[in-house]
Amino acid sequence: MEEIILEAQNLTVYYDGRPAIEEVNLRIPRRRITAIIGPSGCGKSTLLRCFNRMNDLIPSARVEGKVLFEGVNIYTPDVDVVEVRRRIGMVFQKPNPFPKSIYENVAFGPRIHGVRDRRKLDEIVERCLRAAALWDEVKDKLHQNALTLSGGQQQRLCIARALATEPEVLLMDEPASSLDPIATMKIEDLMRELTREYTIVIVTHNMQQAARVSDYTVFMLAGEERVGRLIEFGPTQQIFTRPRDRRTEDYITGRFG
Amino acid sequence: MELRKRRELIGRVFEGIALTATTIGLVALTLLLLDVARRGLGVLSWSFFVNYPSRFPEQAGIRSALLGTLWVISLTALFSVPLGIAAAIYLEEYAPRNRLTRLIELNINNLAGVPSIIYGLLGLELFVRGMRLERSILAGALTLSLLILPILITASREALRAVPMSLREAGFALGATRWQVVRHQVLPVAFPGILTGIILSLSRAIGETAPLITIGALTFIAFDPRGPLDKFTVLPIQIFNWVSRPQEGFHRLAAGAILVLLVVLLSMNAFAIYLRNRLQRRYQW
Repeated sequence: MEEIILEAQNLTVYYDGRPAIEEVNLRIPRRRITAIIGPSGCGKSTLLRCFNRMNDLIPSARVEGKVLFEGVNIYTPDVDVVEVRRRIGMVFQKPNPFPKSIYENVAFGPRIHGVRDRRKLDEIVERCLRAAALWDEVKDKLHQNALTLSGGQQQRLCIARALATEPEVLLMDEPASSLDPIATMKIEDLMRELTREYTIVIVTHNMQQAARVSDYTVFMLAGEERVGRLIEFGPTQQIFTRPRDRRTEDYITGRFG
Repeated sequence: MELRKRRELIGRVFEGIALTATTIGLVALTLLLLDVARRGLGVLSWSFFVNYPSRFPEQAGIRSALLGTLWVISLTALFSVPLGIAAAIYLEEYAPRNRLTRLIELNINNLAGVPSIIYGLLGLELFVRGMRLERSILAGALTLSLLILPILITASREALRAVPMSLREAGFALGATRWQVVRHQVLPVAFPGILTGIILSLSRAIGETAPLITIGALTFIAFDPRGPLDKFTVLPIQIFNWVSRPQEGFHRLAAGAILVLLVVLLSMNAFAIYLRNRLQRRYQW
């Protein structure tokens, strides 16, 4: 039995009073890659953004239900959202490095959480860039603007940046959708590498990608009323070979979506 | 065939109209500048800058007006820049999107369109009489600050809004507080735009005459202003004063002062453009 790090209980998210996802129950195992798949508009990203309370940033969003992170509901009022986001990092669809140097991009997280010592920062920057498989490509130009990197490098920099706050979980919202196949492959290899220490939850449009990298797969679908629901969750192997739900089978065999 | 010719003709006619419109504007501006330069260049000398105004055109200078302008603009910047930027940050980054915020936004936009003499009347009542600042530099600077605040806030908000949302999300996702995101990610990127807004609104203030006359800024000052509570005059008022005299000598002085004001204004604008280009290159997407 896998150890559970994140758990959604009866999770419902409303935008402007209209539900976007409804009654989602999901248990995410530690140090595994869990992929969330489903057609556009099924609420994959909305679900993902519940796990680090990024929905707080959308004024019209309201979250009901619980998200337990190591057994603690992160939606109770006394939980420090800053600490939640430090421990649950996020990588976005489009690489969004800060328009600063490569070094400063990685150092920003530790800095705002109180690391001042220059040597310690140097150490963190190197460790995270190595972990993100970017160190060899950038070690001679750490103080160059991050926007001079290629898209794939920028995305790996964003991963390094997320690792720098020493999170336990990495949320990835279609991290490779704006990258070419080779850069995508590098990101996928990197994800496999990272599962030794981190739990990864990835939203992806790309079913092959989910099949290639993930250990577990969540299939979501929005019906006629456009409210996203969790249809099926299980080991990736099983979801892609013997799905229990008819709709999952239709989706992965490309009958719609 | 006929149709095509007709379409091409219409196109060319329109091009001609647009070109004429541009030319009219440029020619008018050039003539104005040439006329001012022809009349004013002769009076530009060292004594023109260091002399106080005088009854005798050959002895008169812009010393007190230039000093007054520098005093007023510095104080105006001191008051309006922090207030304007802080208000813009609040409205753009913190304020909830509700009806009250929208009402405030609407009113700031309206205030930017209020004639400047109205601000003069407000300044007269509020600062000169209410706060008993008399006809001081401080009263003038406060009045001009009110005048340019709406412009400054609007320009700063536009600069802040141009910062991509993805950058804020990146900061928040790392566990940054709202202030840390604003301070370290949003402001540096918005800074060139804010700076342009600051300089353009200060250029507006530097050319204003009506509100300062309304609050009673004197037109004849034969001493250096030494502090914010001193009486003062500024370049536009000095120009206004000289132009309204009958003697030709004063008209030449006015032209000279206009040249000085123009140079100050154009260098401020040039500086704004230079800074914007320089800083923007660093943040190219």
